[in-house]
Amino acid sequence: MNVVPVAYYLVLSAVLFGLGVVAFVFKRNIITILLAIELMLNAVNLAFVAFSQAWNHLSGQVFVLFVIVVAAAEAAVGLGIIILIQRSRQSLNVERVDLLKL
Amino acid sequence: MSLPFILFFVFALIAIGGAVLLIVAREPIHSALSLILVMMSLAGLYLMLGAEFIASVQIIVYAGAIMVLFVFVIMLLNAGVEERTDYSKMAKYAGIPLGILLLLELAHWMHHSLIGKTPANGAGSANVMVSTRELSMQLFQKYLFPFEATSILILIAILGALVLAKRDE
Repeated sequence: MNVVPVAYYLVLSAVLFGLGVVAFVFKRNIITILLAIELMLNAVNLAFVAFSQAWNHLSGQVFVLFVIVVAAAEAAVGLGIIILIQRSRQSLNVERVDLLKL
Repeated sequence: MSLPFILFFVFALIAIGGAVLLIVAREPIHSALSLILVMMSLAGLYLMLGAEFIASVQIIVYAGAIMVLFVFVIMLLNAGVEERTDYSKMAKYAGIPLGILLLLELAHWMHHSLIGKTPANGAGSANVMVSTRELSMQLFQKYLFPFEATSILILIAILGALVLAKRDE
């Protein structure tokens, strides 16, 4: 039986997480920064599922469900904040959001 | 090269390509669509890992619900081409080295943690059948309290989003 070792999945997960960090640092649009956070969460999910398969333990898959729930909550609140920022600044650029006061 | 390896590399290349596309795209809508591509290929990888329920949840909830919310907000705000600013020199010069550094560190520790510790019967063996029934048993027995806590979290998030987006007169 020739199956893919779990280390391959972990390296892919690390690469995706690194790309998410690069996107988080590089992008200027606030929506794209939220998308980069989602990409990092996805990379972590892949690591969870790979470990759950490697150690033959179901908890990893349960944690993935919790991560998805938290990502949904984060997206809802984050997008609400983005709508507020757009309404008060007329811009989605994070460089223009440099004051705590709206 | 057997079929699982070929499938893995195809899905991995699609995922990494989508992530790179997310970075280089100038329009937020293109970034969102490439992230959906990443999520689809990750769902294929979950299927290969024997997590079919997670794969379907990934497509239905993540790519279906959360990303639709993103695309909806992008269209609502009419988000156009990202404007370039030169305010932050640090991000320009420190972004790539720090990302590569983090990547190397993660790869290093994963490499170290996996040598000689992988269980003999595990490591992606396909004979283990993880059924959705067992997953739900775990979720509703062992992890019942966290499950209920996430429902409260979702409720608070809905209220917070409503309060934030409400237009106050």
